Amino acid sequence: MAEIFGNFIENFPSSEEYLIIGFSPSSIPLKQRWRNNGLSADFLADYFTTFLPADESEDSSLNQHAEIKGAVSYIANELLENAMKFNDDQCDLPISIALYLGTNNLVFQITNSIPPEAVKPFQEYIEKILSSDPQDLYLEQLEKNALDEEGGSSRLGYLTMINDYMATLGWKFEKLEQKPIGISVTTMVQLTF
Amino acid sequence: MEIKTNSFEVEYDKEINTVRFQGSLRLSGMDEYAPIVELLNQIADQNPANLTLDLRALEFLNSSGINVLSKFVIRVRQNKEMGLTVKGSEEIAWQTKSLKNLQRLMPSLTLELQ
Repeated sequence: MAEIFGNFIENFPSSEEYLIIGFSPSSIPLKQRWRNNGLSADFLADYFTTFLPADESEDSSLNQHAEIKGAVSYIANELLENAMKFNDDQCDLPISIALYLGTNNLVFQITNSIPPEAVKPFQEYIEKILSSDPQDLYLEQLEKNALDEEGGSSRLGYLTMINDYMATLGWKFEKLEQKPIGISVTTMVQLTF
Repeated sequence: MEIKTNSFEVEYDKEINTVRFQGSLRLSGMDEYAPIVELLNQIADQNPANLTLDLRALEFLNSSGINVLSKFVIRVRQNKEMGLTVKGSEEIAWQTKSLKNLQRLMPSLTLELQ
């Protein structure tokens, strides 16, 4: 049974224009493919900018196309970094990122597996994001990170998407039909422009 | 002091107390950012009266990099004798979105978006 958190639309896609990139988890070690995250994110951003309606806001210093391109590049890169970092290497599920273009929005959908023991802490973190004021939580997280000498996960990816890019987020957890048990997470990020 | 790779460059110009960042920073986690953290901390240890972070040519910064800058701002905030200026570009999307947060962390920080 699937578990849904936040703003997640089931039975997507609803648009004709989309692009999906897939990565087989075992083909190249994570470290060597890290650079690919940036390449893939920039490619998605460049590719989709060509579909956007003509830009009429020439007077502002950062035009709408450049703004959307920057947002796609940032969000796609963060989603890919997360997926690569938290993916369950014991699981055969490929990592995939899809980007759908709607009339006034963009929807990102990224799927990866996570180790079963990581499900609970991840869901608790999601609940915290959904129930807090994102601005307060963001500043609180920065102060907390400043005291963390170990330098663990910064936990800023989702919070910057919500605070700085006004994106809405949703998650779907599903059990995979395989042994040993596998869990897939699909993260959906919606960006309105 | 400088760190230079194919994708980015961080360079400290002591004459004008400015750290210049260029290129795209998408390193993986705090381990890979350690040399940059080290460079920034060495500068802060010298207690310059006013330090400038010039980010105008930094096209891309991932959330781990935002964490590095934020940690540094919090560190400087604790040093009452040191002022901090951040120069950004209004033509780079992430800077128009995220640099304001540094000022929230340190209200006395001067943010110049050009």
